[in-house]
Amino acid sequence: MEFDTIAAISTPIGEGAIAIVRLSGKQAITIANRMVSGRDLNQVDSHTIHYGKIVDPATNELVEEVMVSVMRAPKTFTREDVVELNCHGGLASVNRLLELTLQEGARLAEPGEFTKRAFLNGRIDLSQAEAVMDLIRAKTDKAMGVAMKQLDGKLSKLIQRLRQMLIETVAHVEVNIDYPEYDDVEEMTKQVMFDKIGEVYQEIERLLAMAKQGKVLREGISTAIIGRPNVGKSSLMNSLVQENKAIVTDIPGTTRDIIEEYVNVRGVPLRLVDTAGIRDTDDIVEKIGVERSRQVLKEADLILLVLNNNEPLTEQDRQLFNLIADLQTIILINKTDLPQTIDREEVERLANGNPIVATSLVNEEGIDQLETAIADTFFTGNIETTDLTYVSNVRHIQLLKQALRALDDARAGLDADMPIDLIQIDVTRTWELLGEIVGDTVQDSLIDQLFSQFCLGK
Amino acid sequence: MIYDAGHYDVIVIGAGHAGVEAANAAVKRGAKTLMLSLNLDMVAFMPCNPSIGGPAKGVVVREIDALGGLMGKVIDKTYIQMRMLNTGKGPAVRALRAQADKPLYIQEMKHQLEQLDLLTMRQAMVERLIIEDGICKGVITETKAAYYAKSVIITTGTFMRGSVIIGDLSYQSGPNNQRPSIKLSEHLEELGFDLVRFKTGTPPRVNAKTIDYSKTEIQPGDEEPSHFSYETKEAILDQIPCWLTYTNEQTHQIINDNLGLSAMYSGMIKGTGPRYCPSIEDKVVRFHDKPRHQIFLEPEGRNTEEVYVQGFSTSLPEFVQHDMLRTIAGLENSEIMRPGYAIEYDAVVPTQLWPTLEVKNIPGLFTAGQINGTSGYEEAAGQGLMAGINAAARALNLEPLILDRSQAYIGVLIDDLVTKGTNEPYRLLTSRAEYRLLLRHDNADIRLTEIGYNLGLISEERYQMFEQKLASIEQEKQRLAKVTIKPSAELDQLLMDAGGTGLKEPIKALDLLKRPEVSYGLINQLASSEQDLPNDVQEQVEIQIKYQGYIDKAKQQVERMQKMENKSIPENIDYDAISGLATEAKQKLKKVRPLSVGQASRISGVNPADISILLVYIEQGQIAKRPKEA
Repeated sequence: MEFDTIAAISTPIGEGAIAIVRLSGKQAITIANRMVSGRDLNQVDSHTIHYGKIVDPATNELVEEVMVSVMRAPKTFTREDVVELNCHGGLASVNRLLELTLQEGARLAEPGEFTKRAFLNGRIDLSQAEAVMDLIRAKTDKAMGVAMKQLDGKLSKLIQRLRQMLIETVAHVEVNIDYPEYDDVEEMTKQVMFDKIGEVYQEIERLLAMAKQGKVLREGISTAIIGRPNVGKSSLMNSLVQENKAIVTDIPGTTRDIIEEYVNVRGVPLRLVDTAGIRDTDDIVEKIGVERSRQVLKEADLILLVLNNNEPLTEQDRQLFNLIADLQTIILINKTDLPQTIDREEVERLANGNPIVATSLVNEEGIDQLETAIADTFFTGNIETTDLTYVSNVRHIQLLKQALRALDDARAGLDADMPIDLIQIDVTRTWELLGEIVGDTVQDSLIDQLFSQFCLGK
Repeated sequence: MIYDAGHYDVIVIGAGHAGVEAANAAVKRGAKTLMLSLNLDMVAFMPCNPSIGGPAKGVVVREIDALGGLMGKVIDKTYIQMRMLNTGKGPAVRALRAQADKPLYIQEMKHQLEQLDLLTMRQAMVERLIIEDGICKGVITETKAAYYAKSVIITTGTFMRGSVIIGDLSYQSGPNNQRPSIKLSEHLEELGFDLVRFKTGTPPRVNAKTIDYSKTEIQPGDEEPSHFSYETKEAILDQIPCWLTYTNEQTHQIINDNLGLSAMYSGMIKGTGPRYCPSIEDKVVRFHDKPRHQIFLEPEGRNTEEVYVQGFSTSLPEFVQHDMLRTIAGLENSEIMRPGYAIEYDAVVPTQLWPTLEVKNIPGLFTAGQINGTSGYEEAAGQGLMAGINAAARALNLEPLILDRSQAYIGVLIDDLVTKGTNEPYRLLTSRAEYRLLLRHDNADIRLTEIGYNLGLISEERYQMFEQKLASIEQEKQRLAKVTIKPSAELDQLLMDAGGTGLKEPIKALDLLKRPEVSYGLINQLASSEQDLPNDVQEQVEIQIKYQGYIDKAKQQVERMQKMENKSIPENIDYDAISGLATEAKQKLKKVRPLSVGQASRISGVNPADISILLVYIEQGQIAKRPKEA
């Protein structure tokens, strides 16, 4: 049997020090070879492992250091060529790797697809057939369920709105075609088409940008730790890092000397940003001024404000509360091992509904509660970080990217002054791709739209 | 006393648009064929609008022609007006439509059929099928004649338990007061057929002498008419126009005042009507904020004064129809010649058919046309053609033909019917075809002539012409790829006049033609071909070059789907035995019994997980076979 080349993360996300991205299919080695610099994987022996640097062929940017296993067909799990990229276990790095494989031509594997291939290629015994089918059923259903759940209400609504816009446009073109003498609908002009495409395009770009910021669990949620001197900011950073076995990544190529540390807190990837060197200067406000601080803090998705349980609130503390008004914040009252002199009631008033957690970082107390608070903030409840959760995210991003490409094609068609019914092909494609995100690809809805939107019948 | 009235290869019940194509195709494949009609004066009668073609439907007519069918040839000889629609749009959606001379169309069609040596035409009412051992072996008429055949095709249109409704008047009838077919419908029910009740309607016809055309807008035909058939050489230049007028507030008031009398709204009509062809009362109710609706006045022929009031289909009482018409500009003094009416009829749920249009549970029996839940002459004709081809194949042990969705609109039509069924009378729309850029009316011959030739439907002479055309297209494309066009002030002027920009560097003619403002005519002016190429060759060259990017993309799309289409599902598959299939999927799959995984994937209620499991199951069967073979 001949299949296309698939890729997926084959280790649980964020739970190990090492993660594996696996490729299987005819193009597996070719695709990996385009990403790995310093070694020609076509030349290496089968079933060998190699050190390599992953470089994004599109940007020439160094992405990651990996160990690459190359296994040629047929003695592999799937009986196809298989490449495994072993990288650091952080969400961000493994995500990035998977995306690169997709960028270079692999297709995101369906749930259970490696097993399915193994079976189809005769690798798995026949007696296991039923188990395989059950597995596919379970995984697919679960993936779909998770994919649906994963869509937060807002995103889902936005996508529905974009789809509605697109289908109205498409229906309009279709009516012009199927009922050419129907005088009631004005002819859909290229200008209108251009405007609609532009609007959808912008929204999708914005969504992708958001995904990039980490809202869709991609690069981590940028998190700033602030507080007066000696309240325990460094201890907090260290305990989060130790607790979660973070990988310290010194991201090359950035001109600012920002150190970012990735930690995975109950499935929430946090990017702890040492904003303008919190660890160096104890007073961010003093160092860079109020306005600038506000700016820096606004760029963060999450702020951890640390207070000292053993001291009354100071003017500086109140100033910090001012700074974080309207920002997503968790307030830590640290040093509960020492007697309480802080005015809890005032803190609660100032917190303005933001969660408050009491900790004693030196005694490693309260970290659990903090982690719960973080998870709650981003998932408003419980979210399982299984590979499925993650896959559906990448799937969404991939679909959005494809949708953008389809719109690019539509724009190119408009530029080339192609007939509107040809441009419409790419617009319809965009509609279908967005439909895959919200799990709705029923073709007949176009026909329904046609008849509900227009009074037809010559 | 039933008597043996003769033996045939194929029997066609009905001589409407499906019946005539079925009979013709069966004969062309060499089958001795009998066509039974209730009334031989009504062969290929058009009970509704006097036009053939239009978006999607016009492409079907060309496809029928490319497969040796009659519709294109006959309309080309009998049109009163020909018009190319969507000329301002892309090549994929251009559509030819003809206004027909109804009486002449009947005459010409009957004449064509009478030329076929292997065809017997007879006036008769079929009441029963002869079924032996579950296989259809023939038919019995009301005059007790038993005709035997290896294949039987039912093309009875809206005649099955037909019932005409005008206001509160209702009587059993076929269209236009012809006899309905009652017993056959009951017989099908006895045989276990799943039937549905559909409804359609037609507007009143008025006398042209009572119309004041000066108050309407003229809708002329094209000055240089195009044609449906690739064989037609001569144009009819003396064309007759149609006329456009509008309903108004007054018309709508009368409709609203009398809504209770409409058979549609009084509850008399139970059947499901088509959304794309609503009655005028439906339009007024559903789109009440629209101040007016278009009404086209279409002559029914050269030698008749009857005019079809397009857009005015109704089941309101006759006197209301009269009052409504008289509110319309140009129709103030109009006289109705025939009132509009709604008709309800039995249709076969088409998921009971194989893609060959053979009934799954009764080998030897085929159904085609409006009986399968479609509407439209072209949809009927396309199915008739395919049923004829496949009924003859069964009778004569020849190869059957199933067209897929990327080959023809006919393929889309039949796949939709047998895979998804339909909840309303089904009409083809260009939006139903996912590969419509490939299914153009200009390339129907390129898509299908070879197939038609291999099945014996296309003559040797025509096939030679076709091959010649293909060669010319290829040659010209190659020439344009070689010829270089150099920049010049003169050329820049031409390009700018056409709305483009000047040329900076020499360019191949082929690449210049890709520019939107450059036509083949201009290219030919700059680098003329040695021989004078026919228009259709020029058109192909231009379309194939100009839209190559889109066409290639569509072809890739087809290729991706083709893998699934080619993966056939064994006929004896036991869906109940497949662990993991969802219950709904099992039920649907058992009902539709798809022939390929591609077809299975289009059944609503069968989701991707089910398809995965199905694939695994099928592969498993093959794996199981492997060791035995070895």
